[in-house]
Amino acid sequence: MIPALAGGALIGLSALLLYAALGRIAGISGIAFGALDAGSRAWRLPFLAGLMGGGWVAVLLGAPLPFAALPNALSGLAVLTVAGMLVGIGTRLGSGCTSGHGICGLSRLSPRSLAAVAVFMSVGIVTATFLRRVLI
Amino acid sequence: MKTVIIALLCGLLFGAGLTYSGMASPAKVLGFLTLGPGWDPSLIFVMGGALAISLPGFWWLRRKQRPWLAESFSSPASNHVDGRLLAGAAVFGLGWGLAGFCPGPALVSIGFFQGAALLFVPAMFAGAVVAGFLRKR
Repeated sequence: MIPALAGGALIGLSALLLYAALGRIAGISGIAFGALDAGSRAWRLPFLAGLMGGGWVAVLLGAPLPFAALPNALSGLAVLTVAGMLVGIGTRLGSGCTSGHGICGLSRLSPRSLAAVAVFMSVGIVTATFLRRVLI
Repeated sequence: MKTVIIALLCGLLFGAGLTYSGMASPAKVLGFLTLGPGWDPSLIFVMGGALAISLPGFWWLRRKQRPWLAESFSSPASNHVDGRLLAGAAVFGLGWGLAGFCPGPALVSIGFFQGAALLFVPAMFAGAVVAGFLRKR
């Protein structure tokens, strides 16, 4: 529980600092997809570089190495690809993901974010539970 | 220059937080999204830990006219819950429940050369580009 709370606090601090200093929302989907546009990379690229480097800093300080191996069955590869496309389409259409809506949006008391979080949490829970408790 | 340093620092804090909390591993996230025996509530504590800092912080910032290093706050103006928002959130939830990856953890995992992320992230960008065309229509 301590790593979850402390790691969460670092995320909250990041979101607060980015908004207080640059006035920007720390929504990872928005930052990543926004960086596709050459004109808006100035702060997005350093943020994304930091995001990847931050993982290494945590591991060097003793956090366990994140693990996400490639599935070895073709079906697993197909599910992963479809999941990636759905996350890209969904976060773009819905203007945000777990960080943008879930942390910044809720902190701004945005009704849009509250609705989005309720929907993606429910659909995520139903999908994962059905897939792993019923299908498999 | 200050902007670049702050952005880099915020990214570092975010990536370290995701990794230290365990959320950079999809198995951990799926442990939360999958109800039943062995359910893992960690993700609630991660969000709680984040909101414990950001919620009062954003409340305190609401009266500020402008951020320290920029002309204005670039927060979304709309408060209107519409079909596109809900449909997008549902499609995102479906993908999240399938793989246990959302954009932040997927990008952090790319930094660790994790095989699943190397496939997931290009697919995610492809999906975002497709959705960008859909949005313009």
